[in-house]
Amino acid sequence: MSTPLARRPTSAEVGEIRPHEAASLHVTGRALYTDDVAVRTPGLLHAHPVQAPHAHARVVRPDATRAAETPGVVRVLSAVDVPGVNDAGTKHDEPLFPDEVMYHGHAVAWVLGETLEAARLGALAVEVDYEPLPAILTLPEAIAAESFQGLRPRLERGDVEEAMAGAAHVFSGEFEMAGQEHFYLETHAALATVDDDGQVFVQSSTQHPTETQEIVAHVLGLSSHQVTVQCLRMGGGFGGKEMQPHGYAAIAALGARLTGRPVRVRLTRQQDMTMTGKRHGFHATWRVGFDGDGRLQALEATLTSDGGWSLDLSEPVLSRALCHVDNAYWIPHLRVDGRIAQTHKTSQTAFRGFGGPQGMLVIEDILGRCAPLLGIDPVDLRRRNLYADGQETPYGQVVRHADRLERAWDQVVDTAELATRRDEVAGFNAQNPRRKRGLVVTPVKFGISFNFTAFNQAGALVHVYRDGSVLINHGGTEMGQGLHTKMLQVAATALRVPIDRVRLAPTRTDKVPNTSATAASSGADLNGGAVKDAGEQILARLEPVRERLGPNASWDEVVRTAYFDRIQLWAAGFYRTEGLWWDTAAMRGEPFKYFAYGVAAAEVEVDGYTGAYEVRRVDIVHDVGDSLSPLIDIGQIEGGFLQGVGWLTLEDLRWDTSDGPGRGRLATQAASTYKLPSLSEMPHEMRVTLLDRATEDGVVYGSKAVGEPPLMLAFSVREAIREAIAAFAPAGARRSVDLASPATPEAVFWAIRAAATEGGSER
Amino acid sequence: MENGSGSGLPDAWVNGELRSLDTARPETTALDWLRGLGLTGAKEGCAEGECGACSVLVARPGVDAETEWTAINSCLLPAATLAGQDVVTAEGLGAPDALHPVQREMAVRGGSQCGYCTPGFVCSMAAEYYRPGRRAGEFDRHALSGNLCRCTGYRPIVEAAAALGTPDGDDALATRTAVAPPAAAPVRTAGFARPGNLAEALDLLAEPGAVAVAGSTDLGVEANLRGDRPALRVAIDRLPELREVSRTGTYVELGAAVTLSELERRLAGAVPLLDEVFPQFASRLIRNGATIGGNLGTASPIGDLAPALLALQADVVLASAAGERVVPLKGYFTGYRQTGRAADELIRAVRIPLPLAQLTAFHKIAKRRFDDISSVAVAFALDVADGRVRRAVIGLGGVAATPIRATEAERLLTRNRWEADVVAEAAAVLGRAGTPLDDHRASAGYRAAMLEQSLVRLYEGFEARPQAASHLNRREEP
Repeated sequence: MSTPLARRPTSAEVGEIRPHEAASLHVTGRALYTDDVAVRTPGLLHAHPVQAPHAHARVVRPDATRAAETPGVVRVLSAVDVPGVNDAGTKHDEPLFPDEVMYHGHAVAWVLGETLEAARLGALAVEVDYEPLPAILTLPEAIAAESFQGLRPRLERGDVEEAMAGAAHVFSGEFEMAGQEHFYLETHAALATVDDDGQVFVQSSTQHPTETQEIVAHVLGLSSHQVTVQCLRMGGGFGGKEMQPHGYAAIAALGARLTGRPVRVRLTRQQDMTMTGKRHGFHATWRVGFDGDGRLQALEATLTSDGGWSLDLSEPVLSRALCHVDNAYWIPHLRVDGRIAQTHKTSQTAFRGFGGPQGMLVIEDILGRCAPLLGIDPVDLRRRNLYADGQETPYGQVVRHADRLERAWDQVVDTAELATRRDEVAGFNAQNPRRKRGLVVTPVKFGISFNFTAFNQAGALVHVYRDGSVLINHGGTEMGQGLHTKMLQVAATALRVPIDRVRLAPTRTDKVPNTSATAASSGADLNGGAVKDAGEQILARLEPVRERLGPNASWDEVVRTAYFDRIQLWAAGFYRTEGLWWDTAAMRGEPFKYFAYGVAAAEVEVDGYTGAYEVRRVDIVHDVGDSLSPLIDIGQIEGGFLQGVGWLTLEDLRWDTSDGPGRGRLATQAASTYKLPSLSEMPHEMRVTLLDRATEDGVVYGSKAVGEPPLMLAFSVREAIREAIAAFAPAGARRSVDLASPATPEAVFWAIRAAATEGGSER
Repeated sequence: MENGSGSGLPDAWVNGELRSLDTARPETTALDWLRGLGLTGAKEGCAEGECGACSVLVARPGVDAETEWTAINSCLLPAATLAGQDVVTAEGLGAPDALHPVQREMAVRGGSQCGYCTPGFVCSMAAEYYRPGRRAGEFDRHALSGNLCRCTGYRPIVEAAAALGTPDGDDALATRTAVAPPAAAPVRTAGFARPGNLAEALDLLAEPGAVAVAGSTDLGVEANLRGDRPALRVAIDRLPELREVSRTGTYVELGAAVTLSELERRLAGAVPLLDEVFPQFASRLIRNGATIGGNLGTASPIGDLAPALLALQADVVLASAAGERVVPLKGYFTGYRQTGRAADELIRAVRIPLPLAQLTAFHKIAKRRFDDISSVAVAFALDVADGRVRRAVIGLGGVAATPIRATEAERLLTRNRWEADVVAEAAAVLGRAGTPLDDHRASAGYRAAMLEQSLVRLYEGFEARPQAASHLNRREEP
């Protein structure tokens, strides 16, 4: 009796406003995270890394003699201890214990101690000889040295040369954007124990328990059925715990296998920042052609991502970047080449948006720089280039529901009173020589689904007990995004029971196997489909009982009767997204189930003395389909937005790029030097509206994914800053403002100087 | 390594129960000790007092009540300092079936997503909830300036705070504020000592490897991030001799162990320049522990108090067994984190001479408005009358190995016309002060430009609206 996936019953639990299912545990300090369990574990050993002080070096001779003599040190782990494969990744290019240091801070050995203090002192006592080698750090260095790794995709449509030749205006430029540290509040953590049978149980702060399980198994030389991975919950993930947790889980598991005792790995903030991957920085060169009305005719670009030392997820990240270089705009002729630089840095990885933000930033930066050169208002320029319904993306997927993009745009323009407020901004700017405001609108179109088709599947296990209570397991992990809350709502809806009859058990690989990463914003789409499937299977089996007992029979009665009728009261649910295909070589296909849309209008005020700025007001209309859980979705939109603002304005990763002894060291490796948005960066006014009449066919209860797309709404802030900077220029100048990313106060200050003295650049 | 065979420290009250500090080793932080008790609500997010995930409440001597529930970074504080003290964590504020008002507002409004920063936010918010004299709906955002959240974007958290009423009459934590906090009883163990008076403190500090610790907001970072393990920590935060704030006809004296949060309220606007510094100095969580003596004692070139105190032409009162000496702050800093304080001396107080300059300002340049470290800090203290500058004193941070005075710009301004052309010339000179560096916070060029801009900004702001003078400059007693 499977119903259409998108059909939502009347008075459904989905769509209700629910706080996070663990909110009362969060606020009382009762919610347990991996390392909270470790503290409660008797006989615990603590692991501490030995981090290399070079960006690139050969490891000559690790000598653990003195370390082993350190009081409280139990064991030093190195490559010889690995019974299986000495590798922490899926591509076998990430040795767990390397003989070649590939980045500053690379762990070459781990020390187990009775206390963390003992392990720390033991790590200091491990003597390692290094033979330093030359290191490549920056993107320009890597490009000059042609230091690349992995695939070099090309996305192409139409005839770029001809279109450029026929374009009324052609501009070109270069742009480098910084990466971003995830700074999940909970650093990486793992706790491993071994049972009497040699079975390994690892609790890990991981977005991808199945892959953590596989890596632990291959490091230990075991099969997957000998390793169980559980993730209670994460203190934030944002993509940073999709690939990166596996090695730390493997260290804990290896230590536990070798000592027979529970082993805890918990990175300090400095270790986490110096050892784990970040958002990829990108470099772009571009040439763009417009017609006389400012319509995009052609784009030619080369995007080079900074992959760091190993591939990790750099290939799919680059692929998504290329697939989002159009953002929400129709570009008839396009050729974009992608490359992944190999540098001696941490291996950069997934981060909310997964390359999408970097690709989209390229076109948004182009439009922001070109609007003044075209003599067109940046808001008008963007509006007139939006996709129309039925047009295709450069990779050949039809842009369905493009009208929603226009509807969201017009709604923002209306509710934000854009026309009136832009007049006010102009008035303010005329009055204030030292402070300027800007107000700009930017769109988001973001494709939902894993580019890697196989990941678009999910499983769930739903138990109905004889007393009518319900327990659900699913393959997704909870990192704060509210997935578990939504799954409780989906289960209650599918089974038609009140939500307080449903409980959810932590994510474990022995409950639901072969799961995909909770990533790509797909958690609710995929696992929701699986939970709904399981619920409906059970409901179908209960149907004859319900008919026999009549309409007045309670759920509990039906369940009890069904048990005595020997009807199976539990079910495994499964879901796969239909209709997806992708040709990696041709960069063509239908990689996405649908697009999520959003539009933001941001007003900023910039201080001309210092370049500091504040966000005065933000209006957002965002498309989440028919929301499964509105409070959760609005939280995702607001949080994603501010994280995007952080990436674009404040968060400033700096490495030592000098030729001194510290070359390659991350200079911003602590909360005191790497600044994420605090309360003071909050917009003074924030108005978020969910787009109405937005049912998404073919997705669980008509909803849409929400995790990643809102991050890119933050382009509105960057572009508003650009407009405010331009207002410092002498009247009448054609002011194209080049703005660094991140647009820190210092970067803004220099841009103001350039605008005020030269009137900006003309190309 | 033994796991602590009895530290010899008296017990502490935690959530209303006596808990043993026996397992606390000298390097054990309050956070790790609490977590070891199974109270894992407080988290380590950064280990340097930046993120507030470790925030807990401690009953401290109040300014506006006998006791004030003070939120502190438990990751920085040695556990030993809690001996005999009264601590409340998120677990102690409420339970899932009996939420505290702060917890209830946070929960229902979506104030938590991943939940990891939440117990810390709850404690910081509760400290503000219990602030004596706070009215319903009133909420000082600075109470949350030391807490970071990566998930929510903060709006629901701020709305939760704004929705808070006032404590019920029978609220145990509220009634507790009417009673004095636990005394800080003298303690001596292998690695920790709490002397009863200044003389004992000076004796203890003479021991090899002894360091003075008040809020531990600097020492705690050194311990956590760089493995600093002093042989003996001497707690001076509750020494009565270091806790006075007083004034004479010629100066205001500020005790070295008065925290910046206390100072802000005890001065009550008496020194307008410091009022500009306080909200920009780190975060409330840090200011609840950080002291004026500690900020000068570490002699950091980027500490935010030193430039202001230089501009105020402050003196430092140094105490030793031999007695006291008063030295000008100008000249006190002798090199990078070096000062003229002798090994056997302790900063007892700071004196600010009266009358105060009329035109004062503190300009802090940083990436983030709350809780950031200065790229450059500029403090001005000027007297301007009849279009002329009578006195000009300018303190600078972040442009040299020590905090410095901008003597050349001062000289150019003093007794000169207070007009745009002179200001522009002086600003250019100010822009060349010190030897700013290029680093991850800012480029040398930006630092220099910010020095220059700061004087222009002061002048243009002054032209827009002249400032009110401090009541301390009036003849009557405050």
